[in-house]
Amino acid sequence: MTASRIALGHLNDIPRQGARIVQTPTGEIAVFRTLDDQIFALDNRCPHKGGPLAQGIVHGTQVTCPLHGWVINLDSGNAATPDEGCVNRYTVDNEGGLLYLNIY
Amino acid sequence: MTMRLVVIGNGMAGIRTVEELLNMSPDTYDITVFGNEPQPNYNRILLSPVLSAEMSFDETILNSFDWYRQHNITLHAGHAVTHIDRVKRFVSTDDGMQTPYDRLLIATGSNPFMPPIPGIDLPGVIGYRSIADVQTMLAAAQTGGHAVVIGGGLLGLEAAYGLSLRGMQVTVVHLSDCLMERQLDKTGGDMLRKALIKRGLTFLMAHQTEAILGTGHVTGLRFKNGTEIAASLVVMAAGIRPNIALAKSAGIHCERGIVVNDTLQTFDPRIYAVGECVQHRNQTYGLVAPLFEQAKVAANHLAQYGRMRYEGSQTSTKLKVTGIDLFSAGDFHATDDDEELLLQDATRGIYKKLVLRDNKLRGAILYGDTMDGSWYFQLLRDGTDISDMREHLLFGQAHLGDAGRSGAASILNLPDSAEICGCNGIKKGHIIKTILEKKLFTLEEVRAHTKASSSCGSCTGLVEAILASTVGGDYSTQSSKKPLCPCTELSHDEVRNAITQLSLHSIPQLMQTLEWKTTDGCAKCRPALNYYLLAAWPDSYQDDSRSRFINERVHANIQKDGTYSVVPRIWGGVTSAKELRSIADVADKYAVPTIKITGGQRIDLLGVAKADLPAMWHDLADAGFVSGHAYGKALRTVKTCVGSEWCRFGTQDSTALGIRLEKMTWGSWTPHKFKLAVSGCPRNCAESTIKDFGIVCVDSGYEIHVGGNGGIKVRVTDFLCKVGTEEEVIEYCGAFMQMYREEAHYLERSAPWIERVGLSHIKQHIVDDANNRSALFARFLQSQANAQTDPWQEHANGKEAFEYKPLATIEG
Repeated sequence: MTASRIALGHLNDIPRQGARIVQTPTGEIAVFRTLDDQIFALDNRCPHKGGPLAQGIVHGTQVTCPLHGWVINLDSGNAATPDEGCVNRYTVDNEGGLLYLNIY
Repeated sequence: MTMRLVVIGNGMAGIRTVEELLNMSPDTYDITVFGNEPQPNYNRILLSPVLSAEMSFDETILNSFDWYRQHNITLHAGHAVTHIDRVKRFVSTDDGMQTPYDRLLIATGSNPFMPPIPGIDLPGVIGYRSIADVQTMLAAAQTGGHAVVIGGGLLGLEAAYGLSLRGMQVTVVHLSDCLMERQLDKTGGDMLRKALIKRGLTFLMAHQTEAILGTGHVTGLRFKNGTEIAASLVVMAAGIRPNIALAKSAGIHCERGIVVNDTLQTFDPRIYAVGECVQHRNQTYGLVAPLFEQAKVAANHLAQYGRMRYEGSQTSTKLKVTGIDLFSAGDFHATDDDEELLLQDATRGIYKKLVLRDNKLRGAILYGDTMDGSWYFQLLRDGTDISDMREHLLFGQAHLGDAGRSGAASILNLPDSAEICGCNGIKKGHIIKTILEKKLFTLEEVRAHTKASSSCGSCTGLVEAILASTVGGDYSTQSSKKPLCPCTELSHDEVRNAITQLSLHSIPQLMQTLEWKTTDGCAKCRPALNYYLLAAWPDSYQDDSRSRFINERVHANIQKDGTYSVVPRIWGGVTSAKELRSIADVADKYAVPTIKITGGQRIDLLGVAKADLPAMWHDLADAGFVSGHAYGKALRTVKTCVGSEWCRFGTQDSTALGIRLEKMTWGSWTPHKFKLAVSGCPRNCAESTIKDFGIVCVDSGYEIHVGGNGGIKVRVTDFLCKVGTEEEVIEYCGAFMQMYREEAHYLERSAPWIERVGLSHIKQHIVDDANNRSALFARFLQSQANAQTDPWQEHANGKEAFEYKPLATIEG
């Protein structure tokens, strides 16, 4: 996959405190929207056992993995202490409500 | 301007308070710490393992010098504060340093009690308090010889045992005729003494020291009865006294300790005090758990939150002598008003004594088998009415050690390779290593760092026992009031009461009114709040799908690979060829890889892609199926046997009754999953006696059983009552479910709920009080009026369609 900028649609396509997924040839990317409309994107794989993070409960700027309850920080991709692990993150541009995902 | 906080005392209480303060409010103060000892803060309870060579001193350090630097704390280690000027507000040290303060925290700890007997000041006579004392003992042990420990309490026995491991001959001199008489009765004390004699210690019981002999260095002791004994080292372990000299000289009100109120404030409002130097509600404490509770409250007030109160602690004790399991809590000397429950098995080396008054546990002594210590301690602190469990009480909270470990009475005898947590594959050695490396003190910390007991929880007792035996004679347990989650200080019950009393109708409103610490909660509190609001306002509450776990959001069970399992409802487990054919057709159409019959007599279609769910539900709905709720904290299934319709033993039509119950209860959300069963005769083929609500039909009617559980911890139901008609069964079922829905904590099954509130409580409100029963039943039916819409149908028709579709697809 080459570096590209993908139009994702509108902010309101993602529920607040929720996530949607983007299918890519190399796997899924989870795009999160927090209560205060911040947008984050991470690989949809928990660093623990590969759980689909997009299915987790979103709280603050964190998501709790649905499989075993690991908490992942959306802004850094790091697992919250004391767990140790990290998931790839991507930047998303929000241009007046239209979202663009940057893939490198 | 930043305020200045000066802490006098660089020990566990003072630094724990500083740590709590930094967590809450890192920038409120410039912090300066003074400590008499040259070392950084170390774990005083681990001095015994250092003495016995099980640990090095470095392993006991809790906060390294780097830690103080990283947090911009000025540390003066090895500088004793000798004066507090409360008018000009500064402290000064023995070497003339003056440091001003806005707030002062006194955490000067305690001193070993040195009785005023001749020779007490001789070299070779020491207390047992600091690493310096341990170093003195180790130096003495190198030359061998005879050590005498004065005092057969917890500390004295640990010192004696450590010295004997270091090669000294050790005699323990004790005033009373019973060892550890503050923690043990005579029987327990005698068992302990015999065990220690086997380990090479010598005892002189009921001996009072008259003088310590020697010129220039200790050479021996003389007792009141005129006998003498030789000694090259004397360790005084005859108790501790709060170290209040400094506070007293500054005119701060002291009695036995520095007197503080519930906010840990002394009589000078700028000065706080915590730890062993403190006297609170006429109590002083010499153990670490109360001191940590105090630290939390003092930090809260220093941070100017002003929210918490310290209301005193109940303490328990464990002896830290390798191979001896001993637990003691509360008041175990029975008076005329008390009752005693005793179990003594000399061959197995087990002694248990429980003291009861008014059906509540007042005290406990456990010797040899301490596995149930934390359970008894919890019952004691909570003041739980034990009348319903009285006949089993002495035998412990059975099943604490599950498969394969139940024979291990002593956790200490397990090898490091023993698996403790079967869910997460965590071994004993790993837990101990992590506790030491990460300096853990509480069960929560051990869970967070090792995952042991964090899944099903059945090994909690084992993990607590390991924690206790690793960090020393005492450890921090949860306080009896447990916050719902880290976002709040409020308990489950307090939140539930607030919802109705303050008329809270949404999660944001609740979080704002109850001053949640986070903007929108966490994965623990949000599902709980959503349930509580739904249960409180069944007619008006708007369910918040964002606060539901994924399974309840998409009405299927997430599997390890991210696919889902689908379980259609099959009423009472009775199906037909036509229904089975349509399930087979659906399985074919969606290429379901695995089909499995569940434990609750339903059919599970496993491995379904999320995107296929709505279409599959549509097809199942067409065939007449609704959601089986196998994914929810909800009514699961009603398991039945064939009953009188076919079975030659059947007494009632259990199948028809099961279907009727399932039609009434399906769709109901409950605090945890809820299972029913109806058996047609006492052979109980539907296993009704391990269900949340189980019916056993008999010739003359229906026996109602409640609170069973066949899972992690098997619990057989309690018999609630017997009724004569199906109508009564229906009413009791609705009433019981509603009481559970209104009273249990979120994620609390009916079994632990009944153990918490007691069966009598439930009988009183459901069996004895017919009016209340019918009111509960009416409320259940009212909530069901809104609950029985099929979520599958709704989602098949497009509700929350975004859940099942990707936001975008990038082609390769």
